[in-house]
Amino acid sequence: MCEACPIIDWAEELPTIRSFTARKVAADMTNFIVWYDRYEHEHKPFVGGKNASLGEMMRAEMPVPPGFALTTDAYNLIWRDKTLVDRVNELLQGLDHDDFAHNLDVSHQIRHLIEGEPVPDAVVDALGTAYDALCKHCDVDDLPVAIRSSATAEDLPDASFAGQQDTFLWVRGLPSVIEHTRRCWSSLFTDRAIAYRHQMGYLHNAIGMSVAVQKMVDPIASGVAFTLNPSNGDRSQVAIDASWGLGEAVVSGEVTPDNYLVDKVLREVVKREISTKLVEYRLTEHGVVEKVAIEPERQNEPSVTDVDLIAIAMLARRAEKHYGCPQDVEWAVDRHLPDGENVVMLQSRPETVWSQKATAPIAKHTGDHLESIVSTLVSPLHTRNSG
Amino acid sequence: MTDKRFPNPFEIEGPDGADGWEELYPYSVTFSEGRREYEENRFWFWDSMHWGTAMTPWDSHFFETAISTLSQMNSRHYRIPPADGIDFRVLYGYAYLSPVGVDPDKIEARVPQFMERAGHYFANWDDLYEKWLVKVKGSISEIEDLDFDPLPEMEDLSVITEGTAIGSGAELMSSYRRFKDLIIEVWQYHFEFLNLGYAAYLDFFGFCKEAFPSIPDLGIAKMVAGVEVDLFRPNEELKVLAQKAIDLGIARAFDTPDDVRLDGDAGAQFQAAWDEVADPWFNFTSGNGFYHFDEIWREHPQVPYAFIKDYIAKIEAGEDISRPIDAIRAERDRIVEEYRDLLATDEDREAFDGKLGLARVVFPYVENHNFYIEHWTMSVVWRKVRELGATLAKDGLLGADDDLLYLRLNEVDEVLWDYYCNWAVNAPTASKAHWAPIIERRRDIHAKLKGWSAPKALGEPPEVITEPFTIMLWGITTDSVSSWLGSDDDVDGQVTGMAASPGTVEGIARLVFSPDDVGDIEDGEILVAPITAPSWAPVFPKIKACVTDIGGMMSHAAIVCREYSVPAVTGTGFGTDRIKTGDRIRVDGSSGTVTILD
Repeated sequence: MCEACPIIDWAEELPTIRSFTARKVAADMTNFIVWYDRYEHEHKPFVGGKNASLGEMMRAEMPVPPGFALTTDAYNLIWRDKTLVDRVNELLQGLDHDDFAHNLDVSHQIRHLIEGEPVPDAVVDALGTAYDALCKHCDVDDLPVAIRSSATAEDLPDASFAGQQDTFLWVRGLPSVIEHTRRCWSSLFTDRAIAYRHQMGYLHNAIGMSVAVQKMVDPIASGVAFTLNPSNGDRSQVAIDASWGLGEAVVSGEVTPDNYLVDKVLREVVKREISTKLVEYRLTEHGVVEKVAIEPERQNEPSVTDVDLIAIAMLARRAEKHYGCPQDVEWAVDRHLPDGENVVMLQSRPETVWSQKATAPIAKHTGDHLESIVSTLVSPLHTRNSG
Repeated sequence: MTDKRFPNPFEIEGPDGADGWEELYPYSVTFSEGRREYEENRFWFWDSMHWGTAMTPWDSHFFETAISTLSQMNSRHYRIPPADGIDFRVLYGYAYLSPVGVDPDKIEARVPQFMERAGHYFANWDDLYEKWLVKVKGSISEIEDLDFDPLPEMEDLSVITEGTAIGSGAELMSSYRRFKDLIIEVWQYHFEFLNLGYAAYLDFFGFCKEAFPSIPDLGIAKMVAGVEVDLFRPNEELKVLAQKAIDLGIARAFDTPDDVRLDGDAGAQFQAAWDEVADPWFNFTSGNGFYHFDEIWREHPQVPYAFIKDYIAKIEAGEDISRPIDAIRAERDRIVEEYRDLLATDEDREAFDGKLGLARVVFPYVENHNFYIEHWTMSVVWRKVRELGATLAKDGLLGADDDLLYLRLNEVDEVLWDYYCNWAVNAPTASKAHWAPIIERRRDIHAKLKGWSAPKALGEPPEVITEPFTIMLWGITTDSVSSWLGSDDDVDGQVTGMAASPGTVEGIARLVFSPDDVGDIEDGEILVAPITAPSWAPVFPKIKACVTDIGGMMSHAAIVCREYSVPAVTGTGFGTDRIKTGDRIRVDGSSGTVTILD
């Protein structure tokens, strides 16, 4: 039994549904749908961190695949079902947090309940209209999309408790979009998320869940880019990890990616370490994304051309300038977009390791060149470096 | 550092048949028993960057003069706190250098001296540089005006009517003494600003390396480099002349650079355009100005004609060969702005601005002195040496015009004394018979020395190299010395050096050991050389990349490659030993590696 976890009256706590329309110019922005191309900062509490970041990137005219956010208002609607609230509360009340197996079992049950809940008609309508518009925008029927959870946990110290940032790739057709939307909602109740909230004493309904629906990229290669050199903090370089196919292989650590360093000022690739890349995630003939073996002749080939590396670095630099601090960027080189427009950005967030170090000035003799020249002469640079 | 050491200068074997080679050089510049312990325990590196082959006595004189004047500025003028001079020796005709550090206990005391002296130069740089230009041009014209004509049968009447009493023989000896003085004067001018210029540049360089640990040297150089530089002017003038030849309808005359006929009115107009710029801009050598055999463009127009031919071909192919000055300036501004923006604090931005400002004040000198001294002055100096040699041969003091090159400078005084005395007496001279066997022997020895494979370094490897100019100018660091020592352990098929100019290309290697072979380079080849000179500039549009044995970030090759956006790796140490003409190689000028593919 858990005495500590507050029992919530979901119906009481249900926030009133806010209206975007008062602030929206475009007709296709609704209470439930925020298009990335018209994202505003005040949407952030309703679209979650992930969506806010995508919207922000698009506002900054970064090449982000088009898409929209399904707001937390949609998620909140499901908790109007009193039966669902009662059953979830009952399960949470009966939870022994020290028993991992029990925790997992309760999580499964809650997720099952949420995923079994009928999606409110208003949400189905909104999703249907928006998905249809996206298909038309991209001129593809049943456009493949990526569906991701986007929790409103930004104001909490560790956003990671929102659970795995659930991502579903290559989702096609409205029924599948709806199904995966529910799975994103339920991901607020993974065993990890429940345990975390318990430990930290947060309310189980302290956060809402928004969903990101975004045109799927079909990458030749993808990976991550840091807008500094992680080995020495040099901000004039961009470090790029890259491998074939979708970024999942790099992010999950299933391949050793190619590693590059690009000079962001001189716009030159200065280091290339090509790894043996054995697997990739890509769309297969089954119409789904699968992990497949890479044929031998491609295993030791560089996964990104120099031209694309420079484009990735320039993109990362733009994000860094826009956000005003070093960034950690996810990118992909799309198979179908024309050269010069084929590098797209999937995510950008602040780099945390070097950015948190104190930045003491390097200059020791500001304004006095001679003293500085003397110290340069007396202790030549390379003798300092080689230590 | 390993416990390996370089060959002992006292034990190393020279080329066969070169016994007695020491007589070509002053006793003070050869390794000698009297200071053996000092010499054996030092580290000496071959300056193949400036003196790539065996020197004649006159070649060596300029080596001795250059290194002495460099040293003098460090040790006696500016009191560079940690660095005295650079000791120098000649071994089997080759130039070896050894930086001399200051006793650590004495560095502190030199700091205020340095600050006062260097401070004066930094504070008054532009004024002093103005004066410098006047001084150097004055010296050049004084050298040009020296009279090395044969002595006359009868003195001019004016000597009588004006009552001077001073005859041509005495004047000739006086002119020769003045010639020697002017050479030393002008080399002091050479180093008057250079060491300080490097110091200011190194300060900015060090700051950038601390702010951006991985910043490539050329990123720093690009921020400082001048956009319009006298050193590149000769090459720019060739482009103008190429266009002129096309406009005048005589472009085809340059199809055979060895036999260009400038006929008729158009030819005369071209010649006039040429003459207008030839002095000073074609006082430019295909070498580096240090050797008697360096071909000066004014005297060997087939060299610039060949470059004009290439430019004509490019213009006719519709290529724009002009330097995009505005684009170069905009790119420089962009790079500065980006680095500035990436600095962490406002204090750093302030320091960055200050240091960059000073580096840019001093840099025109660093870039331009090479034209004024190595090219212009040395072109005039060598012309005068040849003039004197011809006079002495004509009047029977020496056997051939170039015999003079095999005499040490003080020996020339003796020849002039013989010339004067017997001109005065009107009696036979002794010089020709005296020197003929000596000069014949020396010619033979010098030919043998040229075939010797000089070691990169001698003596005791240093713990650490701290002399800033050795690092800056020669690109010799603790790391590069280590790699010379351990070169047997190197990665197969890979040569490493300084990342001097960015970009990666693959292509066929062409080894070039002398400026005379520059013409062999074909379009799209990769130039591999011990060192290149700025006057090779016109080949840079032809080549894909450049690899040199020696050279730091301020070496000629590095400056020119950056200017022409050709990938380059400099200071490889062994590039010309390991790479053969015809090898397919990959040059990565961003990481400083050269890979031999097959």
